Formats: sequence, C-alpha cells, structure tokens
Amino acid sequence: MTTRIFGSGIRRREDPRLITGGATYTDDVKLPGMAFAAILRSPHAHAKINSIDTSAAAAAPGVVAVYTGADTDGVLNPIPCAWIPPDSDVKAVDHPALAKDVVRYQGDAVAVVVAENRYQAEDALELIKVDYSILPAVVNPEAAMQPGAPQLHEDAPNNQAFHWVAAGGDTDAAFASADVIVKDTIVHQRLIPNAMEPRSAVATWTESMGELTLWSTSQNPHICRFLASLVTGVAEHKIRVIATEVGGGFGSKIPVYADEMITSFCSMQLGRPVKWTATRSEGFQATIHGRDHVEHVEMAATREGKITAVRSVIYAGMGAYLSTAGPGVPTILHGLMYCGPYDIAATKADIYGVFSNATPVDAYRGAGRPEATFLVERLVDLLAVELGIDPVELRRKNLIPKFEDGHDVASGITYDSGDYEPILNMVLGHVDYQALRQEQARMREHGEYMGIGVTCYSEICGLGPSQVAGAVGFGGGLWESAIVRFHPTGKVNVYTGVSPHGQGEETTFAQIVSDELGVDVDDVGIVHGDTSNTPMGWGTYGSRTTAVGAAALVLAVRKVKEKARLLAAHLLEAAEADVEYADGKFFVKGSPDQSKTIQEMATMANVAWNMPEGMEPGLEASAFYDPPNFVYPFGAHVAVVHVDPDNGHIEVKRYVAGDDCGPQINPMIVEGQVHGGVVQGAGQVLWEGAVYDDNGQLLTGSMTDYALPRAHMFPNIETLFTVTPSPHNPLGVKGIGETGAIASTATIYNAVMDALRPLGVTGIDMPLTPEKVWQAIREKQGS
Amino acid sequence: MKIQVTVNGKAHEKDVDPRTLLVHFLREDLGLTGTKVGCDTSQCGACVVNMDGTTVKSCTCLAVQADGSQITTIEGLSPKGELDAVQEAFWNNHGLQCGYCTAGMIMTAVELIDKNPNPTEDQVREGLKGNICRCTGYHNIVKAVLAAAEAKRS
Repeated sequence: MTTRIFGSGIRRREDPRLITGGATYTDDVKLPGMAFAAILRSPHAHAKINSIDTSAAAAAPGVVAVYTGADTDGVLNPIPCAWIPPDSDVKAVDHPALAKDVVRYQGDAVAVVVAENRYQAEDALELIKVDYSILPAVVNPEAAMQPGAPQLHEDAPNNQAFHWVAAGGDTDAAFASADVIVKDTIVHQRLIPNAMEPRSAVATWTESMGELTLWSTSQNPHICRFLASLVTGVAEHKIRVIATEVGGGFGSKIPVYADEMITSFCSMQLGRPVKWTATRSEGFQATIHGRDHVEHVEMAATREGKITAVRSVIYAGMGAYLSTAGPGVPTILHGLMYCGPYDIAATKADIYGVFSNATPVDAYRGAGRPEATFLVERLVDLLAVELGIDPVELRRKNLIPKFEDGHDVASGITYDSGDYEPILNMVLGHVDYQALRQEQARMREHGEYMGIGVTCYSEICGLGPSQVAGAVGFGGGLWESAIVRFHPTGKVNVYTGVSPHGQGEETTFAQIVSDELGVDVDDVGIVHGDTSNTPMGWGTYGSRTTAVGAAALVLAVRKVKEKARLLAAHLLEAAEADVEYADGKFFVKGSPDQSKTIQEMATMANVAWNMPEGMEPGLEASAFYDPPNFVYPFGAHVAVVHVDPDNGHIEVKRYVAGDDCGPQINPMIVEGQVHGGVVQGAGQVLWEGAVYDDNGQLLTGSMTDYALPRAHMFPNIETLFTVTPSPHNPLGVKGIGETGAIASTATIYNAVMDALRPLGVTGIDMPLTPEKVWQAIREKQGS
Repeated sequence: MKIQVTVNGKAHEKDVDPRTLLVHFLREDLGLTGTKVGCDTSQCGACVVNMDGTTVKSCTCLAVQADGSQITTIEGLSPKGELDAVQEAFWNNHGLQCGYCTAGMIMTAVELIDKNPNPTEDQVREGLKGNICRCTGYHNIVKAVLAAAEAKRS
C-alpha cells in the first residue's frame, strides 16, 4: 500500500460546521408543531407513591397532556438491561419508564408534562402533587448488602443484583504460600460523566405510517432502535433513530434511557413531534453514573518481587436499576484484566453487583478497566514499599515479555500483541527518572513533597468478537459493517454503522479510504449516525470504532477495488491476472501507459455500458467484520506532583503519557484522545465525586457542586508512542479512546502517595481534595 | 415585552416573555442554535456570546436585559465563507472534539485576545476557566488560543 494520508495529522473535516455554529445537535432540531416535554422526578431516594394528582398541571397554560406511569400500562414496556453476564444469577428487575408504585432513586421519573413550550412544561411540573411515603434508603454498595439494609427490589434479596466470579490459576495456593501479601480497600467513588451536551430526544410519530423517528443523543443509534422497538412495541423497521451530531458521551450515551422512551410515548399519544432536553441538573440525577466500587483487594508475591496472584472482593454499585450495559462493566470489562501487563499466574475477581438508592451505573470512559488498572498499580506500589524495591524495577521484573501474536493470561483471555518495556523505557528516559528521584530526595530535605507515579497498563478494547459477546451475555453482536459506494463522478460515500460523537472518524475513515483507493480525501464522504441510511452497527464505545468499524470499512474498500480491477481488465482488453493497481490507477503489467483510473471505473460501472459478462452494474460493496479477538493497547505513564503539606493542595507538575495503539491513522486525533482521557482520569483522582447524604440526596447535583476539571487545573500533557500492530485486524490498529482515563487515575494517585510517604500517609479515598490530604497529614502527625 | 436587539449586525424587534433567557431567545426566537446550553448554573460557558463588546453567559441573562444592545454569536463572528483567526486556530490545532463547548470557548477566546493580545499560557488557562470542555483536556484549546493570538498579532 502506498501511504499517502494514513498517518497524517490532517485537520478534521468535522470542524468547519462545529466552529461556525452550523452543526445540528438534537436540541437544535425544530419541527413544525413540536411540543416540549418536561419530566417530573422523584425528590426522594426511596419512597412509595400513594397518589399523583395531575389535575392542576393539566389545566395550566399551554399544557397539552400530562402522563403518569398508569398511562403507560400496556403501552410502554420496561426499560431493558442488555448485558446479563452468565452464571451470575442476575436479577433483571423491572424498570418502568415512569415509576408506578415506588421510586428508587432521586431522579426516578414519575410524570411527564407536554406543553407548547419548555417554560410552560417546567411551570406545570410544579403543579403536580405526588403523595409519597418516604422509605429508608441506602447508597453505599457494600452497606446495601449488609443485613438489615433497606431493600430495593422484592426479587433481589440483600440487594444483590448478581454475583460473578472469574478465577484463573490457583489463587488460594499462591496466597497460602506467598512470602508477602499486600492489601488495600479501594473506593472508586461514583463519577458523573457530564458530556457537555445534555441528553435530548425529539420524537415524531407518523400515525398514518406507524413510523417513529427519534433524534437521540446516542452513541449507538442501531442499539437504540433495537431497544426502542422492545420498549415501544413499534417494529424495528418502522423506527428511525438519528444521532448524527452528538456532543460527547464517554459511555453515558450508550444506554437507552427511560426519558427518550417517554418522549417517544408522548409523541405517539399526541401525534405530534415532542422534544425533551435534560437540564444539567436532570443530567446529574438521571444520566448514568460511573465506577462506584468498594474493593477489598490483595496481591501475593515472593520476597524477590515476583507477583504470584491478585484477588478481589468487590461491591459494585448498580444504582436503583440495571442500566443497558451496567452489569457487564464491573465483570467482563474489569475482572478479566487483573494481570495488566504483568506475568501473574493466578487472579480471582469476586464481584457482587448491588442495587442501591442512587442513579443507575453504567459504562463511563474506561468502564471497568480504570478500576482494574488502579487495583493492580496501587498494589504494585504498596508491594514496592513493602519489599523496599524501586516501583519501576518491581514493574520491570514482572512485565510480560514481548509477544506478537497472542499471549494467554491467567484470567483466560488472550492478549493480541504487546511489547511493554520499550514504552516504559521511553517515558522514563523522557522524564529522566533517576534525576527525578534525586530531585525528590533533595526537596524532601527542605520539607518539600514531590511525588513520582509510574504505571504500566494493558487494557482490553475494540469490543469485540460476537461469539464472545454472546458467551458473556451481551445482548447483541459486536461486529461492524460498512458500505462503500462510488458515484458516477468518481466520488465516494461510506456508510458506517459506528457512530462517532467527537472522535473524528469522519476524517480518519476518509483517510483510510483515500489511501486504499487512491482518491483524494476530499472526494470521500462518511455517513454515520442515522439508521435510515447506514448499515447495522453496534456503535461507538469500548474504543472499538476504528479497530472494528474501520476494519469493516477496509474490507469493503478492498472488495470495491477488486471489482474495479476486473472491470478495468475488461475495458483494457487485458487478462485479469495482468492488471495491477497503484496510486489510484489500474494498468496492464509492464505497460503503465495502458491504464484506467478508479474514477473512470466508477463512471463506467455506474453507466454499465460495457460490463464484463456476469458482472453487476455499479461500484459498491458492503462488508461485515467480526474481529477474532479484542485488541489490547498498552503503555506506561508518569506523573510528577507537588503536595503542599500546609494546605493539602496538589499540583500536577508534569504528566507524560506513553501509549501504544498500533499504527495511527491521524496522530493529531490520537493525541487529542489521550489528552482528554488523561484529564478525565485526573478528574477522578483529584476533584470529582458524586456525594450522596444518608437519605440518598445527591449533594453534588450541579456543576457548582461537582468539580469538573478546568483549564487552569492541569498542565500540558506530554505524549509519547510506540507502535505495535495488532496481529488480527487488517489495519493493525488498537483503540486509543480510553487509555488516558485507564492509566491516569492510578498514575496520579501513586504520585501523590509517593509524595506523602515521608509524612506517613499511605492511602486516602478519592478524590484527593486539599481538605482530605491536609486531614490525612494532620492525623499522621498527631496534631 | 418588546425588545430591540441587533444580533450579528441584523436588527430585531421582538415581543418576549420577560422571563425568557437570552440563550433561548437566540436559539428559539432567532434560530441561532450555534450558542449552546450546557448547564443551568452559569458554570460551563457553552452559552457565551458577546454583548456590547463583553462576553456574557447568555443562560444567565434575560433577553430583556439585552434590549438596545449589540450581540455577536458564533454565527456572526466571521463573514460567511471566512473564518476568524480564533476559529481557524481551533481547527488547525484540534482544539475541539465533540464541538459542544466550542462556540462558548471561541467567543471567550476572542475577547481574551482582544483584551490581552499577547497572553501567556497561564493567562490563557486562567481566562478559560469559566468554560468547561470535557473532551480535550484543554491542551489543544490552550494551544489554539495561543496560536490565534500570535496570528492576530502578525
């Protein structure tokens, strides 16, 4: 392949519409006769609904209709969970779109008002009278499983949503014979994803056709269509979901939520378009949260520093109901990754999924893998302290040696390719690790506390083989497809089932097509996000869009190219075997003057005046790609922090991300993904956290109370890369969307603990706010 | 209430409900949806527009407060078919991913550079702290603003 534009950091074609205000996000959609919905949410975390009086609201100015759960009986099916891990006794409890008898978290939808404008709808909400009997609530997932805890669902005793165990190797024996065991309790606080675009839906029901069109802020419009058909009862082929412009997701726009289904219900009842857009406060309560683990973890090792086993008992909060992919996150995406990049013979993950009176939990950037990386990397650092070995040396001692085509790890999965030491050496050389340690020693003499955190990671993404999806209880496939179509003028459209929402695949996919077909990149249009004109696909999440979606694209492109080659042979009156392709042209071997461009073939195939016998007209192809394995990006990150012991303030002085995602289609976009991921991970360790009080009231319910990273809070990020191709997809690419968030939480946490070690502080629950750091230092100093 | 505002050079006279937020007036009455609502607490800055030479968060301003004023939104920042140096720099430096915060970021950056044509990185970061981006980690936004400032100087 002649490389022209693959590997080039060209500007994104998405940007002109985004920098001029010309893009159309869901809330920008305006349809004739459109009404606005507003949803009444439970102010209580747990309560019985005695009665709902909507009469005053129904009579309010501009109000078109008011609906409660009773109105949806027999019309709207429960909101499904679509990931049921096998052998784990999952309690797939009913999740009515509008609560009927009981509300189970603050934010549970209770009623909906449809009015002529959004102000009138919001006004009328305040006129709905709900008589509640408040019930006791529980939020912490470990507390929720204790005897006597308030119970959420009759069908789920002890609030246990599931119990899933993954074990490989003889963990018990490894711990029994270990020279050293280190343990910790890790709390992965609840995080609130906060994509900048609030969730929104515009539904329009065409009664005469029985068709529903739904603009939805979705990362996976085809999954949305699939589940919407189950909830609304409208046949899948009569539903069109449009999610062409989506303002970030980070996992929070994977689920199919009650709200979008309620909006659809309203439109179907009223026969007119209805828009619902979450306020940010609504988003805090009713868009999924991430993480929420209470983890009891331990690592076994020899005195020489050979890690022999890792095991955990984890209480993973699911919130009040099982969200679309919720149960898959702390299990499949977490419990199989306890080896990380290390050669560890035995791992065991013992995971309890737990219901509690809080917002449902689902995939949030990294989804299970940041927790796994944190668990391993935290324990490695504790082990290094315990053994008196430099943490980098301890890591190096345990890294899996280079492998190019498969490496089985204890949990039973097979990593695709890995070469872990070069990237570690690269980041260490970049920061001059030894010099940093010397500087740290000098600073400590002056009472200044600098910390260095180094982590290595390997993660699982590029979800994934469909056979595995079925085996692990994912309610769908995980292949992708693409259609490549040449138009008569030689321009190309690609129709893809993935659904980018900020990742830039309109650009990178065009780069791939341009390279493969030798057409100008500007002559390639990428169409995505609308189920009416794109082929089935499973969406954009789990860093799978390029590893799976682009692989399908390449296969389709190659089919098109082969058809064009055969047509060229026919028109050149040459034997098929003698016609070759280079740089956008087909030519007869040895006679480069006798050639046809691929654009000429596009024209000739489309007019079909002179086709070879048996060849169909047109120049297009579709392809499906089901990967034989996941992909496993890896890397090594370094953070340097300063901690002020007088006020607990942490300053991240440097952050170096070393990553390997295989060949890079557009390095500028790759770096951008790393930057964003790193800062999201930093958000968890330093600032972010959903706080509930004992009654289940969300205290961090707005951007005023929930601290998101801002521009002045983090330095520039230094990015370094190695390139280790995946052996099993046609481009060799791995994912890069989540690596930053997977590595940075552990890296910065380890750096802070490294800084605080001389002060006797060994662990603080995240987020590491100045107050908590200051308190921890004070406690150790006994003052 | 009747208000008169000039938005992107075009005069409008409209009757608005006194409680109408400026951002809803712009988006729904004038159809200028480039300005976004990202939060409801004045925190995120997605709704930043320029009013009489100063940036305002249009979700925290009533339309009636804009009576008699000149407003520029992202749609009016540059003539059709052209880009302002800040827009160009965001494009060149990958200063956006999902694009939702971008209008507010750009409008804020334009004012920042107007007031301080030669800002340091720290000054840019301080100047942007009223605008939240969840995608970029700010790295390339800061780079874009510095590049735009340089382009405007030269």
